[in-house]
Amino acid sequence: MTLPLRPSHFALPALVILLLLFTLSLADAAWRSRTVDQTAQRTLVRELGLSDLALFTEARYTRHPTQADRHTPFQDHPTALEHFPTGSLLPPHPLD
Amino acid sequence: MHTFLEQQKYLIDYTLAALLRRKTRNLGLLLVYTLLVFLFSSVLLLSQGLRREAALLLQDAPEVIVQKLVAGRHDLLPAAWLEPLRRIRGVNRVEGRLWGYYYDPAVKANYTLMVAPERGLAVNDILIGASLARVRQLGVGDYLSLRTTLGQPLPLKVAGVLDSASELLSADLMLLSEAGYRQLFNLPLEVYTDAVLTVRNPREARTVAGKIALAMPDSRPILREEILRTYDAVFHWREGMVFITLGSLLLAFMILAWDKAAGLSAEEKREIGILKAIGWETGDILRLKLWEGALLSLTAFLAGYTLAYWQVFYGGARLFAPVLKGWAVLYPEFQLTPTVDFSQILALLAVTVLPYLVATLIPGWRAAISDPDAVMRG
Repeated sequence: MTLPLRPSHFALPALVILLLLFTLSLADAAWRSRTVDQTAQRTLVRELGLSDLALFTEARYTRHPTQADRHTPFQDHPTALEHFPTGSLLPPHPLD
Repeated sequence: MHTFLEQQKYLIDYTLAALLRRKTRNLGLLLVYTLLVFLFSSVLLLSQGLRREAALLLQDAPEVIVQKLVAGRHDLLPAAWLEPLRRIRGVNRVEGRLWGYYYDPAVKANYTLMVAPERGLAVNDILIGASLARVRQLGVGDYLSLRTTLGQPLPLKVAGVLDSASELLSADLMLLSEAGYRQLFNLPLEVYTDAVLTVRNPREARTVAGKIALAMPDSRPILREEILRTYDAVFHWREGMVFITLGSLLLAFMILAWDKAAGLSAEEKREIGILKAIGWETGDILRLKLWEGALLSLTAFLAGYTLAYWQVFYGGARLFAPVLKGWAVLYPEFQLTPTVDFSQILALLAVTVLPYLVATLIPGWRAAISDPDAVMRG
C-alpha cells in the first residue's frame, strides 16, 4: 500500500534546495574573491596612470568623476542645468 | 525528537493546504515578495561589487595628479611646471600626461584618448578598448579615420585590441603615440593635459599636495586616496538613490502584506476557533502561523537573493545596464568579482522577512487567545 503524497514532501525539499543554492552563492563569493586574478588590470592602471572606471562614458564628468571639477556638469552657460542621465545619479565631487 | 519532527511536518502539511485553498492570492504574494527581495538584493550586490572592484583596481592609480585650473576649469598644464614640481621636497618623479576626449559623430560615442609612451606606438598606430572595437566593428589591421582639430582626416591603424578582461577600465580607451595625439588636437609641444607625481613616502602625499597648492595657487592636486573616496561615495550614493526609489515599492508591499496577514478574514478566524474547539493549544496555532509566515517569506528571500546573485555576478548585471549606461553608446561588458557582506544580508532579512513574520504572528495570536465560541460566531 502506498501512502498518499503530502504537501510537505514537495515543500521541504524545495526549501532545502533553495537553502543549498543560497549557501553555494556564499561559498562561491568566498572562493572567487580569493582566486580572481586582476594582475593584468592593475598593470594597465599602473602603466597608464588610470584614475577612473570606464563605466559611465556619456559625459566627461561621469567618465572621470575624480578628475572633474564642480563646474563641469554646468559647463554650457552660467545658468545651465546638468542634463546627462547618469549625472543625476552621481554625487558632486566630495569636498576636501 | 522524531515525534517533534513529525508534528512539525503535519503542521507544514496543514499550513500548505490552507495556503493552497487561497492559491491565486498566495502565489501572487509570493511572486511580488520574491521580486522585491530580488530588486533590493541586486542593488545591494551590484553596488557592493562595483565598490570593491574600484577599490581593488584603483589602488594603483597615480599617487598625486596635478591639474592646472583657469577660472575654476581644468586647463592645459604648461611643460614649464614640471621642473618646479620635481623640485618640491618629497617628490620622486614627475611626468606630463596627454589624454582627452574625442566625440565620434559616426556612432555618437565619446572616446577617451590617451598617450601610452611605454607601448612604443608608431605615429598612426592605435590600440583600442574591446567595447570601442565592438561598436565600430574594428579588428587588428583596420583603419579608423578621425578628424583633426584643423578639419583634416587622420587615418589611424588599429595595432591591437586591449584585453576584454580589462573592459571595466578600458572600454572606451584609444591609446596612441604622443606625435599622433599632438597632431590630432594640434597641441604645441610645451603643454600637457596634467602631471602625475610619485612621492618618496606615500604617507607624505597629503603634505606634498599642500606644498604644491601653496607654490602654484592655480593648480589642483588630486590624491589617490581622494580617487578611492570618490568611488566609494559614488556607489553609496547610487545605492541610496535606488533604495529611495525602491522604498515606495517596499511600502506598497508592506501594505499588501499587512492587509493579507494582519486582517484575518472571517473564514480564517472561524478556522482558528474550530481548531481551538477541537483541542488545539494556543502554542499550536502560533506554530502554525509561524510556519505560514516562515514558508512564504523564506522561500521569497532565498529565491530572490539567489536570483539576484546569479543576475549580478554571472549575468553581467544586464538588468541595471540602462541605469548605468544613460545615453552612453560605449558600455563595458564586465564580470564583477562576487562579494558578500553578512551584515547586509542580515539587514535585508530584517527588512523583508521579519515584518512579514510579525504581521502573520500577531493577528493569529490575537485570534488564538480569544474564546473559541466568540471567534466562531465572529
